Amino acid sequence: MTAWSHAGVWAAIAVIGICTFALRFSFIYLFGRIDAVPPRIRRVLRYVPAAVLAALVVPSVVAVEATVGATLLDDRVLAGAVAAAVAWRTENVLATIVVGMGTLWALRFGPALLG
Amino acid sequence: MSSSERFRPDLVAGVRTAGPILVGILPFALVTGISAIGAGLTIGEAIGMSLVVFAGASQLAAIDLIGSDAPFLVVVGTAVVINVRMVMYSASLAPYLRACSLRARGVAAYVLTDQAYAASVAEYETNEARGRLPYYLGVALSIWVVWQIGTAVGAVLGAGVPDALGLEFALPLVFLALLLPAMKDAGTTAAGLVGGAVALAVGTVGVPLNLDLPIAAASGVAAGVVVDTWRDT
Repeated sequence: MTAWSHAGVWAAIAVIGICTFALRFSFIYLFGRIDAVPPRIRRVLRYVPAAVLAALVVPSVVAVEATVGATLLDDRVLAGAVAAAVAWRTENVLATIVVGMGTLWALRFGPALLG
Repeated sequence: MSSSERFRPDLVAGVRTAGPILVGILPFALVTGISAIGAGLTIGEAIGMSLVVFAGASQLAAIDLIGSDAPFLVVVGTAVVINVRMVMYSASLAPYLRACSLRARGVAAYVLTDQAYAASVAEYETNEARGRLPYYLGVALSIWVVWQIGTAVGAVLGAGVPDALGLEFALPLVFLALLLPAMKDAGTTAAGLVGGAVALAVGTVGVPLNLDLPIAAASGVAAGVVVDTWRDT
């Protein structure tokens, strides 16, 4: 349980909220005031989705262990690899979730059920 | 056809696209609500944070740090740095929303998330005829509603959900399903591979102030630009 006061928690919520809105609004606000987005910026922005999504996915699926074997044989890595194959073949979000979670649970609880 | 007649089908198409994404959001929202109560926040504070901040990863980080009695500036600084990536989404979406009113763009900014951004840009790139604002709002507002309900339910339920189920794993699976179609040529593939590798490397080594994501994303974008330039010459 935190020692923070309720006033402190609400102050943090307010400051984080205001700063986050400013970050979200930044270019959506600015580009509405200038005539066109320069082609050079467009060319850079093309690569943002792939770079950011990969940066979000990889650390939450892979945890580096002492050996390559221990890193790759983790249940999240194996489930993530199967889900990646499904995502690549189907490009379907729901199928990817169902197969990924199913694989994770099979690896986690399967041996105990069989055993 | 009037603009209001065009608005609805595009809004509905956005809501449809959001459907499977919501399956990944809901467990994340529940986990966030549950952790808020676990850290000592009230139900009102947990719900207030979701309404005011509306950004999952930074909410989780703030909750975690408040729970361990971190100083005010560390909590606020960490939560805000995690959301610096929103500037990139804002810049990427801005050209598509240029024609909208200031109020509409303000609402669009408030509901901007990783998933709403990725799903909308993917649609705009393949379907020129799609109404930009209604489609975006269809995706983003669906996520907003589920996030608010999910964190509130999580806060009320408290700590009754077993950790072993690993429900939080549904979230990276959503990102994965959006990532692979986004890697469609040499440049974007390089951006994805380098972004992922650098994120893992800096996450393992540890960098201060939770700058992992901005560093990894910038590296990935740089790799994409380099590959693109190299192929042009």
